[in-house]
Amino acid sequence: MTATTPLWEVFIRPRNGLAHKHVGSLHAADEVMALQSARDVYTRRGEGNSIWVVPSAAITASDPDQTAENFEPTADKIYRHPTFYDTPEDVGHM
Amino acid sequence: MYSQGLIGADGRTEETPEFLARFQKRIDAEEKIEPKDEMPEGYRRTLIRQIGQHAHSEIVGMLPEGNWITRAPSLRRKAALLAKVQDEGGHGLYLYSAAETLGVSREEMTEELLSGKAKYSSIFNYPTLSWADMGTIGWLVDGAAIMNQIPLCRCSFGPYARAMIRVCKEESFHQRQGYEIVMTLAQGTPEQKAMAQDSLNRWWWPSLMMFGPHDADSQHSDQSMAWKIKRFTNDELRQKFIDATVPQAEYLGLTIPDPDLKWNEDKGGYDHGTIDWDEFWRVVKGHGPMAKDRIKARKKAWDDGAWVREAALAHAEKRRARKIAAE
Repeated sequence: MTATTPLWEVFIRPRNGLAHKHVGSLHAADEVMALQSARDVYTRRGEGNSIWVVPSAAITASDPDQTAENFEPTADKIYRHPTFYDTPEDVGHM
Repeated sequence: MYSQGLIGADGRTEETPEFLARFQKRIDAEEKIEPKDEMPEGYRRTLIRQIGQHAHSEIVGMLPEGNWITRAPSLRRKAALLAKVQDEGGHGLYLYSAAETLGVSREEMTEELLSGKAKYSSIFNYPTLSWADMGTIGWLVDGAAIMNQIPLCRCSFGPYARAMIRVCKEESFHQRQGYEIVMTLAQGTPEQKAMAQDSLNRWWWPSLMMFGPHDADSQHSDQSMAWKIKRFTNDELRQKFIDATVPQAEYLGLTIPDPDLKWNEDKGGYDHGTIDWDEFWRVVKGHGPMAKDRIKARKKAWDDGAWVREAALAHAEKRRARKIAAE
Protein backbone atom coordinates (compact mmCIF):
# COMPACT_ATOMS: atom_id res chain seq x y z
CA MET A 1 0.00 0.00 0.00
CA THR A 2 1.36 3.37 -0.96
CA ALA A 3 1.46 6.41 1.28
CA THR A 4 -1.41 8.80 0.68
CA THR A 5 -0.97 11.47 -1.96
CA PRO A 6 -1.29 14.98 -0.48
CA LEU A 7 -4.35 17.20 -1.01
CA TRP A 8 -4.09 20.62 -2.69
CA GLU A 9 -6.56 23.48 -2.93
CA VAL A 10 -6.90 25.02 -6.39
CA PHE A 11 -7.48 28.72 -7.12
CA ILE A 12 -8.08 30.11 -10.60
CA ARG A 13 -8.04 33.65 -11.96
CA PRO A 14 -10.71 33.82 -14.68
CA ARG A 15 -8.97 36.75 -16.39
CA ASN A 16 -6.60 39.59 -15.65
CA GLY A 17 -8.16 42.16 -13.35
CA LEU A 18 -9.98 39.56 -11.22
CA ALA A 19 -8.76 37.78 -8.09
CA HIS A 20 -7.90 34.09 -7.95
CA LYS A 21 -10.94 32.19 -6.70
CA HIS A 22 -11.16 28.82 -4.99
CA VAL A 23 -12.54 26.16 -7.37
CA GLY A 24 -11.92 22.84 -5.62
CA SER A 25 -9.17 20.48 -4.60
CA LEU A 26 -7.12 17.58 -5.94
CA HIS A 27 -4.49 15.04 -4.95
CA ALA A 28 -0.92 15.28 -6.26
CA ALA A 29 2.52 14.14 -5.13
CA ASP A 30 4.12 17.58 -5.49
CA GLU A 31 3.45 21.14 -6.63
CA VAL A 32 4.51 20.46 -10.23
CA MET A 33 2.02 17.63 -10.63
CA ALA A 34 -0.61 19.59 -8.71
CA LEU A 35 -0.38 22.42 -11.24
CA GLN A 36 -0.54 20.05 -14.21
CA SER A 37 -3.49 18.22 -12.73
CA ALA A 38 -5.29 21.48 -11.88
CA ARG A 39 -4.93 22.52 -15.50
CA ASP A 40 -6.50 19.27 -16.71
CA VAL A 41 -9.25 19.05 -14.10
CA TYR A 42 -10.32 22.67 -13.68
CA THR A 43 -9.55 24.53 -16.93
CA ARG A 44 -10.85 22.48 -19.84
CA ARG A 45 -13.07 25.27 -21.15
CA GLY A 46 -11.29 28.57 -20.81
CA GLU A 47 -12.02 28.96 -17.09
CA GLY A 48 -8.92 31.03 -16.47
CA ASN A 49 -5.42 32.20 -17.28
CA SER A 50 -3.65 31.61 -13.97
CA ILE A 51 -3.67 28.82 -11.38
CA TRP A 52 -2.53 28.73 -7.76
CA VAL A 53 -2.20 25.44 -5.90
CA VAL A 54 -1.80 25.48 -2.11
CA PRO A 55 -1.25 22.47 0.15
CA SER A 56 -4.57 22.04 1.97
CA ALA A 57 -2.66 21.49 5.20
CA ALA A 58 -1.18 25.00 4.88
CA ILE A 59 -4.57 26.71 5.19
CA THR A 60 -5.61 28.03 8.59
CA ALA A 61 -9.36 28.59 8.79
CA SER A 62 -11.58 30.43 11.26
CA ASP A 63 -13.66 28.20 13.49
CA PRO A 64 -17.32 27.91 12.36
CA ASP A 65 -18.31 27.61 16.05
CA GLN A 66 -17.02 31.14 16.56
CA THR A 67 -18.82 32.59 13.56
CA ALA A 68 -21.19 34.56 15.79
CA GLU A 69 -18.46 36.15 17.95
CA ASN A 70 -16.30 36.84 14.93
CA PHE A 71 -18.74 38.36 12.53
CA GLU A 72 -21.95 39.42 14.22
CA PRO A 73 -20.58 42.52 16.01
CA THR A 74 -20.27 44.25 12.65
CA ALA A 75 -24.04 44.12 12.21
CA ASP A 76 -24.78 46.67 14.95
CA LYS A 77 -22.04 49.14 13.93
CA ILE A 78 -24.21 51.00 11.51
CA TYR A 79 -22.06 54.13 11.92
CA ARG A 80 -19.47 52.35 9.74
CA HIS A 81 -21.71 52.84 6.73
CA PRO A 82 -22.07 56.10 4.76
CA THR A 83 -25.86 56.04 4.93
CA PHE A 84 -25.63 56.57 8.73
CA TYR A 85 -24.70 60.21 8.15
CA ASP A 86 -26.99 63.01 7.02
CA THR A 87 -25.74 65.44 4.39
CA PRO A 88 -27.86 68.31 3.07
CA GLU A 89 -29.31 67.85 -0.39
CA ASP A 90 -27.88 71.21 -1.42
CA VAL A 91 -24.30 69.92 -1.33
CA GLY A 92 -25.18 67.28 -3.94
CA HIS A 93 -23.84 63.75 -4.18
CA MET A 94 -21.14 62.93 -1.67
CA MET B 1 -22.35 11.48 -15.48
CA TYR B 2 -25.18 10.96 -13.04
CA SER B 3 -26.38 10.14 -9.55
CA GLN B 4 -28.97 7.53 -8.89
CA GLY B 5 -31.75 7.64 -6.35
CA LEU B 6 -29.58 6.91 -3.35
CA ILE B 7 -29.02 3.19 -2.83
CA GLY B 8 -28.79 1.82 0.68
CA ALA B 9 -27.96 4.93 2.71
CA ASP B 10 -28.65 5.01 6.41
CA GLY B 11 -29.88 8.48 7.32
CA ARG B 12 -30.44 7.71 11.02
CA THR B 13 -29.01 10.19 13.41
CA GLU B 14 -28.72 10.46 17.18
CA GLU B 15 -28.48 14.11 18.08
CA THR B 16 -30.72 15.94 20.55
CA PRO B 17 -34.07 17.25 19.27
CA GLU B 18 -32.87 20.83 19.92
CA PHE B 19 -29.79 20.35 17.74
CA LEU B 20 -31.79 18.75 14.95
CA ALA B 21 -34.41 21.52 15.09
CA ARG B 22 -31.68 24.17 14.90
CA PHE B 23 -30.13 22.44 11.89
CA GLN B 24 -33.49 22.02 10.16
CA LYS B 25 -34.19 25.72 10.67
CA ARG B 26 -31.01 26.59 8.77
CA ILE B 27 -31.98 24.19 5.98
CA ASP B 28 -35.51 25.58 5.80
CA ALA B 29 -34.08 29.09 5.53
CA GLU B 30 -32.14 27.86 2.44
CA GLU B 31 -28.81 28.41 4.21
CA LYS B 32 -26.02 26.34 2.66
CA ILE B 33 -24.17 23.96 4.98
CA GLU B 34 -20.38 24.16 4.65
CA PRO B 35 -17.87 21.41 5.54
CA LYS B 36 -16.87 22.47 9.04
CA ASP B 37 -20.38 23.51 10.14
CA GLU B 38 -22.11 21.33 12.71
CA MET B 39 -24.38 18.80 11.02
CA PRO B 40 -26.27 15.66 12.04
CA GLU B 41 -24.31 12.45 11.58
CA GLY B 42 -27.06 11.10 9.31
CA TYR B 43 -26.75 14.13 7.03
CA ARG B 44 -22.99 13.62 6.79
CA ARG B 45 -23.31 9.88 6.15
CA THR B 46 -26.05 10.32 3.55
CA LEU B 47 -23.97 12.86 1.66
CA ILE B 48 -20.77 10.81 1.81
CA ARG B 49 -22.70 7.87 0.42
CA GLN B 50 -24.49 9.85 -2.27
CA ILE B 51 -21.53 11.93 -3.45
CA GLY B 52 -19.36 8.80 -3.37
CA GLN B 53 -21.86 6.84 -5.49
CA HIS B 54 -22.07 9.77 -7.85
CA ALA B 55 -18.27 10.03 -8.18
CA HIS B 56 -17.92 6.27 -8.71
CA SER B 57 -20.60 6.45 -11.41
CA GLU B 58 -18.62 9.10 -13.28
CA ILE B 59 -15.44 7.05 -13.09
CA VAL B 60 -17.04 3.72 -14.05
CA GLY B 61 -19.06 5.62 -16.67
CA MET B 62 -15.86 6.25 -18.58
CA LEU B 63 -15.58 2.53 -19.38
CA PRO B 64 -18.59 1.83 -21.64
CA GLU B 65 -17.68 4.80 -23.84
CA GLY B 66 -13.93 4.26 -23.68
CA ASN B 67 -14.79 0.98 -25.39
CA TRP B 68 -15.58 2.90 -28.62
CA ILE B 69 -12.97 5.68 -28.74
CA THR B 70 -10.59 3.82 -31.04
CA ARG B 71 -13.48 2.77 -33.29
CA ALA B 72 -15.21 6.14 -33.68
CA PRO B 73 -16.31 6.55 -37.30
CA SER B 74 -14.62 9.93 -37.91
CA LEU B 75 -12.05 12.25 -36.37
CA ARG B 76 -14.84 14.66 -35.38
CA ARG B 77 -16.66 11.93 -33.47
CA LYS B 78 -13.44 10.66 -31.93
CA ALA B 79 -12.38 14.09 -30.65
CA ALA B 80 -15.86 14.67 -29.15
CA LEU B 81 -15.96 11.26 -27.49
CA LEU B 82 -12.47 11.70 -26.05
CA ALA B 83 -13.47 15.09 -24.65
CA LYS B 84 -16.65 13.64 -23.17
CA VAL B 85 -14.84 10.76 -21.46
CA GLN B 86 -12.23 13.20 -20.14
CA ASP B 87 -15.06 15.34 -18.72
CA GLU B 88 -16.43 12.31 -16.93
CA GLY B 89 -13.06 11.68 -15.31
CA GLY B 90 -13.06 15.35 -14.30
CA HIS B 91 -16.59 15.10 -12.88
CA GLY B 92 -15.52 12.13 -10.78
CA LEU B 93 -12.62 14.16 -9.41
CA TYR B 94 -14.76 17.22 -8.56
CA LEU B 95 -17.14 14.93 -6.72
CA TYR B 96 -14.49 12.98 -4.83
CA SER B 97 -13.04 16.25 -3.60
CA ALA B 98 -16.53 17.43 -2.50
CA ALA B 99 -16.98 14.16 -0.55
CA GLU B 100 -13.55 14.53 1.05
CA THR B 101 -14.65 17.79 2.70
CA LEU B 102 -16.95 15.60 4.82
CA GLY B 103 -14.04 13.68 6.32
CA VAL B 104 -13.85 10.57 4.13
CA SER B 105 -10.54 9.95 2.36
CA ARG B 106 -10.02 9.31 -1.34
CA GLU B 107 -8.36 5.99 -0.47
CA GLU B 108 -11.39 4.84 1.55
CA MET B 109 -13.72 5.68 -1.31
CA THR B 110 -11.53 3.92 -3.88
CA GLU B 111 -11.30 0.89 -1.63
CA GLU B 112 -15.11 0.78 -1.26
CA LEU B 113 -15.57 0.89 -5.03
CA LEU B 114 -13.01 -1.83 -5.72
CA SER B 115 -14.30 -4.12 -2.96
CA GLY B 116 -17.85 -3.79 -4.27
CA LYS B 117 -19.05 -2.19 -1.01
CA ALA B 118 -19.91 1.11 -2.70
CA LYS B 119 -22.52 1.18 -5.44
CA TYR B 120 -22.51 3.09 -8.69
CA SER B 121 -25.17 3.71 -11.29
CA SER B 122 -26.67 0.47 -12.57
CA ILE B 123 -26.71 1.87 -16.12
CA PHE B 124 -22.98 1.27 -16.55
CA ASN B 125 -23.38 -2.45 -16.05
CA TYR B 126 -24.90 -2.75 -19.52
CA PRO B 127 -22.64 -3.39 -22.53
CA THR B 128 -22.10 -0.93 -25.41
CA LEU B 129 -22.65 -3.22 -28.37
CA SER B 130 -22.66 -0.81 -31.31
CA TRP B 131 -21.52 2.69 -32.26
CA ALA B 132 -25.16 3.78 -31.98
CA ASP B 133 -24.86 3.22 -28.22
CA MET B 134 -22.47 6.20 -28.03
CA GLY B 135 -25.29 8.33 -29.36
CA THR B 136 -27.98 6.80 -27.17
CA ILE B 137 -25.87 7.08 -24.01
CA GLY B 138 -25.28 10.78 -24.62
CA TRP B 139 -28.92 11.39 -25.47
CA LEU B 140 -30.67 9.26 -22.82
CA VAL B 141 -28.15 8.53 -20.07
CA ASP B 142 -26.68 12.02 -19.99
CA GLY B 143 -30.18 13.40 -20.52
CA ALA B 144 -31.39 11.53 -17.44
CA ALA B 145 -28.29 12.67 -15.60
CA ILE B 146 -29.05 16.29 -16.36
CA MET B 147 -32.60 15.90 -14.98
CA ASN B 148 -31.07 14.53 -11.79
CA GLN B 149 -28.21 16.97 -11.55
CA ILE B 150 -29.85 20.32 -12.19
CA PRO B 151 -31.76 20.24 -8.89
CA LEU B 152 -28.55 19.08 -7.17
CA CYS B 153 -27.01 22.47 -8.03
CA ARG B 154 -29.31 23.75 -5.25
CA CYS B 155 -28.42 20.99 -2.79
CA SER B 156 -28.08 22.25 0.80
CA PHE B 157 -24.44 21.09 1.07
CA GLY B 158 -22.28 23.83 -0.43
CA PRO B 159 -19.36 21.83 -1.91
CA TYR B 160 -21.73 19.33 -3.60
CA ALA B 161 -23.85 22.14 -5.05
CA ARG B 162 -20.76 23.94 -6.37
CA ALA B 163 -19.37 20.77 -7.94
CA MET B 164 -22.74 20.14 -9.59
CA ILE B 165 -22.80 23.60 -11.14
CA ARG B 166 -19.50 22.83 -12.87
CA VAL B 167 -20.74 19.40 -13.94
CA CYS B 168 -24.03 20.71 -15.35
CA LYS B 169 -22.27 23.32 -17.44
CA GLU B 170 -20.31 20.55 -19.15
CA GLU B 171 -23.10 17.97 -19.37
CA SER B 172 -25.15 19.76 -21.99
CA PHE B 173 -22.41 19.16 -24.58
CA HIS B 174 -22.61 15.45 -23.78
CA GLN B 175 -26.30 15.21 -24.45
CA ARG B 176 -26.23 17.25 -27.64
CA GLN B 177 -23.33 15.34 -29.17
CA GLY B 178 -25.19 12.10 -28.38
CA TYR B 179 -28.42 13.28 -29.97
CA GLU B 180 -26.48 14.36 -33.05
CA ILE B 181 -25.02 10.85 -33.40
CA VAL B 182 -28.46 9.24 -33.11
CA MET B 183 -29.93 11.79 -35.54
CA THR B 184 -27.23 11.08 -38.12
CA LEU B 185 -27.98 7.35 -37.91
CA ALA B 186 -31.76 7.87 -37.91
CA GLN B 187 -31.50 9.93 -41.10
CA GLY B 188 -29.05 7.52 -42.73
CA THR B 189 -29.53 4.21 -44.54
CA PRO B 190 -32.21 1.74 -43.35
CA GLU B 191 -29.42 -0.28 -41.69
CA GLN B 192 -28.19 2.79 -39.81
CA LYS B 193 -31.70 3.68 -38.71
CA ALA B 194 -32.16 0.09 -37.50
CA MET B 195 -28.95 0.45 -35.45
CA ALA B 196 -30.37 3.56 -33.80
CA GLN B 197 -33.69 1.84 -33.05
CA ASP B 198 -31.96 -1.26 -31.66
CA SER B 199 -29.87 0.94 -29.40
CA LEU B 200 -32.92 2.86 -28.15
CA ASN B 201 -34.66 -0.46 -27.49
CA ARG B 202 -31.82 -1.60 -25.27
CA TRP B 203 -31.21 1.66 -23.36
CA TRP B 204 -34.72 3.03 -22.80
CA TRP B 205 -35.72 0.94 -19.78
CA PRO B 206 -32.30 1.05 -18.07
CA SER B 207 -32.42 4.86 -18.49
CA LEU B 208 -35.79 5.04 -16.71
CA MET B 209 -34.33 2.91 -13.91
CA MET B 210 -31.58 5.48 -13.42
CA PHE B 211 -34.03 7.60 -11.41
CA GLY B 212 -34.23 4.87 -8.79
CA PRO B 213 -37.19 3.01 -7.26
CA HIS B 214 -40.72 4.43 -7.21
CA ASP B 215 -41.33 6.96 -4.44
CA ALA B 216 -43.43 4.47 -2.47
CA ASP B 217 -40.45 2.06 -2.35
CA SER B 218 -37.71 4.63 -1.83
CA GLN B 219 -37.02 4.53 1.88
CA HIS B 220 -34.46 7.33 2.02
CA SER B 221 -36.29 9.91 -0.02
CA ASP B 222 -38.23 11.66 2.75
CA GLN B 223 -35.23 12.50 4.91
CA SER B 224 -33.17 13.59 1.89
CA MET B 225 -36.00 15.85 0.77
CA ALA B 226 -36.35 17.36 4.27
CA TRP B 227 -32.61 18.05 4.35
CA LYS B 228 -32.83 19.51 0.83
CA ILE B 229 -30.21 17.13 -0.48
CA LYS B 230 -32.89 16.12 -2.97
CA ARG B 231 -35.39 18.61 -4.39
CA PHE B 232 -37.60 16.28 -6.44
CA THR B 233 -38.64 12.69 -5.91
CA ASN B 234 -37.49 9.83 -8.17
CA ASP B 235 -40.89 9.61 -9.87
CA GLU B 236 -41.11 13.36 -10.48
CA LEU B 237 -37.72 13.38 -12.19
CA ARG B 238 -38.53 10.25 -14.20
CA GLN B 239 -41.75 11.89 -15.43
CA LYS B 240 -39.91 15.06 -16.49
CA PHE B 241 -37.39 12.93 -18.38
CA ILE B 242 -40.06 10.94 -20.24
CA ASP B 243 -42.02 14.06 -21.15
CA ALA B 244 -38.89 15.73 -22.50
CA THR B 245 -37.57 12.69 -24.37
CA VAL B 246 -40.64 11.30 -26.17
CA PRO B 247 -40.92 14.27 -28.59
CA GLN B 248 -37.15 14.00 -29.28
CA ALA B 249 -37.64 10.35 -30.31
CA GLU B 250 -40.65 11.26 -32.44
CA TYR B 251 -38.59 13.87 -34.27
CA LEU B 252 -36.07 11.16 -35.16
CA GLY B 253 -38.80 8.80 -36.33
CA LEU B 254 -37.75 6.27 -33.69
CA THR B 255 -40.16 4.27 -31.54
CA ILE B 256 -39.94 4.19 -27.74
CA PRO B 257 -40.04 0.48 -26.84
CA ASP B 258 -43.05 0.78 -24.51
CA PRO B 259 -46.46 -0.24 -25.94
CA ASP B 260 -48.18 1.28 -22.90
CA LEU B 261 -46.65 4.72 -23.38
CA LYS B 262 -49.40 7.25 -24.01
CA TRP B 263 -50.15 10.91 -23.45
CA ASN B 264 -52.34 11.59 -20.42
CA GLU B 265 -54.20 14.81 -21.03
CA ASP B 266 -55.29 15.15 -17.38
CA LYS B 267 -51.81 15.08 -15.88
CA GLY B 268 -50.23 16.81 -18.86
CA GLY B 269 -47.60 14.09 -19.16
CA TYR B 270 -47.02 10.57 -20.49
CA ASP B 271 -48.09 7.38 -18.73
CA HIS B 272 -45.57 4.58 -19.08
CA GLY B 273 -45.56 0.81 -18.80
CA THR B 274 -44.31 -1.23 -15.85
CA ILE B 275 -40.60 -1.03 -15.05
CA ASP B 276 -38.90 -4.36 -14.38
CA TRP B 277 -37.63 -3.69 -10.87
CA ASP B 278 -36.32 -7.22 -10.46
CA GLU B 279 -33.87 -6.45 -13.24
CA PHE B 280 -32.97 -3.14 -11.58
CA TRP B 281 -32.09 -4.78 -8.26
CA ARG B 282 -30.19 -7.58 -9.97
CA VAL B 283 -28.07 -5.04 -11.82
CA VAL B 284 -27.57 -2.77 -8.77
CA LYS B 285 -26.37 -5.76 -6.81
CA GLY B 286 -23.71 -6.47 -9.38
CA HIS B 287 -25.38 -9.05 -11.61
CA GLY B 288 -25.53 -6.81 -14.68
CA PRO B 289 -23.97 -8.22 -17.84
CA MET B 290 -20.84 -6.09 -17.40
CA ALA B 291 -20.60 -5.68 -13.61
CA LYS B 292 -17.60 -7.98 -13.16
CA ASP B 293 -15.73 -6.45 -16.08
CA ARG B 294 -16.26 -2.91 -14.81
CA ILE B 295 -14.78 -3.59 -11.38
CA LYS B 296 -12.04 -5.72 -12.90
CA ALA B 297 -11.08 -2.82 -15.18
CA ARG B 298 -11.03 -0.34 -12.28
CA LYS B 299 -8.99 -2.73 -10.15
CA LYS B 300 -6.50 -3.28 -12.95
CA ALA B 301 -6.14 0.48 -13.46
CA TRP B 302 -5.56 0.96 -9.72
CA ASP B 303 -3.07 -1.90 -9.43
CA ASP B 304 -1.20 -1.05 -12.63
CA GLY B 305 -0.98 2.58 -11.51
CA ALA B 306 0.52 1.75 -8.11
CA TRP B 307 4.13 2.12 -9.29
CA VAL B 308 3.31 5.53 -10.78
CA ARG B 309 1.87 6.79 -7.49
CA GLU B 310 4.84 5.39 -5.58
CA ALA B 311 7.35 6.86 -8.02
CA ALA B 312 5.67 10.29 -7.92
CA LEU B 313 5.78 10.35 -4.13
CA ALA B 314 9.42 9.14 -4.07
CA HIS B 315 10.35 11.83 -6.61
CA ALA B 316 8.58 14.52 -4.56
CA GLU B 317 10.44 13.36 -1.46
CA LYS B 318 13.78 13.44 -3.28
CA ARG B 319 13.16 16.97 -4.54
CA ARG B 320 12.16 18.09 -1.05
CA ALA B 321 15.32 16.62 0.45
CA ARG B 322 17.51 18.27 -2.22
CA LYS B 323 15.86 21.62 -1.63
CA ILE B 324 16.48 21.39 2.11
CA ALA B 325 20.12 20.35 1.51
CA ALA B 326 20.65 23.36 -0.80
CA GLU B 327 19.30 25.86 1.75
